[in-house]
Amino acid sequence: MADVITATGQVVAAPPLSHQPLLTSVAEERISVASQWQLMWWRFRRHKLALVGAVVVIVFYSVVVVADFLAYADPEASDAQRGLISPQSIQFFDEGGFNPYVFALKGRRDPITFKRVYTPDPNEKLRVRLFVPGFEYKLLGVFPASRHLFGVEGAEAEQSLFLLGTDLQGRDVWSRLMYGTRISLTIGLVSVALSLFLGVLLGGLSGFYGGLADTLIQRVIEILRSIPTIPLWMGLAAAMPPDWTVLQVYFTITIIISLIGWTELARVVRGRFLSLREEDFVMAADLAGCSRARIIFVHMVPLFLSHIIAATTLALPAMIISETSLSFLGLGLRPPAISWGVLLQQAQNVQTVAISPWLLLPAIPVIVVILAFNFLGDGLRDAADPYN
Amino acid sequence: MLSYLARRLMLAVFTVWAISILSFAIIQLPPGDYVDAYIAQLAASGSIVSQQEAENLRTQYGLDQPIYVQYFKWMGQCFRGNFGMAMEWNRPVTEVIGDRLALTMVVSIFALILTWGLALPIGIFSAVRQYSIPDYVFTFVGFIGLAVPGFLLALLVLYFGFTLFNANIGGLFSSEYLEASWSLGKVRDLLGHLPVPAIILGLAGTAQAIRIMRANLLDELGKPYVVTARAKGLPEWRVIMKYPVRVALNPFASTVGYTLPYIVSGSIIVSLVLSLPTVGPLLLKALIAQDMFLAGTIVLMLGVMTVIGTLLSDLILLWVDPRIRLEGQ
Repeated sequence: MADVITATGQVVAAPPLSHQPLLTSVAEERISVASQWQLMWWRFRRHKLALVGAVVVIVFYSVVVVADFLAYADPEASDAQRGLISPQSIQFFDEGGFNPYVFALKGRRDPITFKRVYTPDPNEKLRVRLFVPGFEYKLLGVFPASRHLFGVEGAEAEQSLFLLGTDLQGRDVWSRLMYGTRISLTIGLVSVALSLFLGVLLGGLSGFYGGLADTLIQRVIEILRSIPTIPLWMGLAAAMPPDWTVLQVYFTITIIISLIGWTELARVVRGRFLSLREEDFVMAADLAGCSRARIIFVHMVPLFLSHIIAATTLALPAMIISETSLSFLGLGLRPPAISWGVLLQQAQNVQTVAISPWLLLPAIPVIVVILAFNFLGDGLRDAADPYN
Repeated sequence: MLSYLARRLMLAVFTVWAISILSFAIIQLPPGDYVDAYIAQLAASGSIVSQQEAENLRTQYGLDQPIYVQYFKWMGQCFRGNFGMAMEWNRPVTEVIGDRLALTMVVSIFALILTWGLALPIGIFSAVRQYSIPDYVFTFVGFIGLAVPGFLLALLVLYFGFTLFNANIGGLFSSEYLEASWSLGKVRDLLGHLPVPAIILGLAGTAQAIRIMRANLLDELGKPYVVTARAKGLPEWRVIMKYPVRVALNPFASTVGYTLPYIVSGSIIVSLVLSLPTVGPLLLKALIAQDMFLAGTIVLMLGVMTVIGTLLSDLILLWVDPRIRLEGQ
């Protein structure tokens, strides 16, 4: 419709249709026999940004799996002798060929400002190699390993690689970023799954049975929605037993938040159930003697499963934002846990950031992954309803 | 319609009650009480409180009574407008919160006005000129606005303000007005400081509102009544503004109640970064010090504001959408 009316408001005659059926019959036949998931994939594929988003999300979750392999320095290894080193650039070509190296750094204290300054030593080149041995870790949590994707051969404290510089305590920002990715991207997963479950279950009950159950659930939703989340979160963070580890505390809070976070999805699911309940195929299934559970899970749920997937993709970035914001305030995760928010906490002070701006670098993955999730979710939502 | 209103009002009262219990419970959850925190604080500075003095303090603040008695006492006082003492400040809670709550509202409402003032025209433009270059630009900016958390944006603005202009953007007042009483100059100073926090607070909301407006209007623009209006020779401006835009505005009326508390909630974190004198930093400090009357009152106030906002949005929806008004008649 929108194509036929031009922006100036004139109605333009649609092109003659006489030859179209013949020309498109092959494609049309392909579409008419395609399954629902195939149609969704075709439509999703057209959304280029969503495809890019999907790739970025996959890359980030690969980092989660092999974070210790990608990190070249122990994220906890601190050394006051190398605090606040600025990011080093790798020189890729040397002696007429591809032979990456970095200059060794000489640290000394400025006699006037008492700041530590680092100067590259042009006589000492440190070769950057692939699969170098380093600190020990367990690959995938099982296999003991000590090789890392890249690093400096024979690395020592003062002569090492600082791809993204070091923080105040002299810990390598790149390696910490890798570990932070692992926690920031996984800590919210359980709570998103739980809200998803509650949302579908309660929304489904509300929509399918109606009546008293519906009224009750709707009232509960309205009450839960008027509870301001951040004050609640702050209160809960202050209220957790002090002898718990930071991860335990944070995990518990995400679970509690998920107990109030299911309302949005429940509304959507309820709406879908209300409209689907009246459809002929539901009555047909009922008359054919299908059980309630079979009608719901085999006949109704597949119709809005895609919506649920899209809703989940959009719920994940919200979890990531909560984590970074609250950890940044010191209310979410706290050191020694490593997450993006914890890393950004070092950048809380403007003066510090002005002197060592690389401490703000962890903001980049936050923004990139949230954008990617949003594009992906958008594409999924568009593709979710292929018969539209 | 009256029964609808009565039902909403009942629900609002019930919700406020639920929130009051919840806020009280949250404050009670941490082990120990304010006196413990106070003693620890004194011990850190070298002075020691005897057992007797601690008991006296507890009796004075009513902390020795069972929890439900404390709750009912607190609620009873709240109804009389007495929210207790902010223990850490040794002043009544109302006095400590007063100005800050007002400033929180000023910043939030300013952000809301900015959000809609920008989002609605841009959303309409993006829908009418779909797939034009400005549409792509706005969509892109909108996505960035969604993806950058408020505190990060605040931090970036502070950083660039500091490095590029050597200016301190934080705060709501210039230093000469900080302690001054209200005057025309102070109000003007406040207005000058408002835009930066308001833009930071409003950006995520603006991005979302643009997308909602654009999507809703696109849905409406394809409908037959729009074609009819156009065919009847109405000027394009009226065709769009009078009918489809009005329908597309509905979701905004129904979400006004949630938008305001959302902004207030968000302002807590941004206020901390920008050091704004709003309730956010106060709440954080009160929670850490277990100053329960202060923290409880702030959580309660925020909850009540949400409920009032929801009620308002119900009223607006009733006014905007005749379908709801006529329901049940």
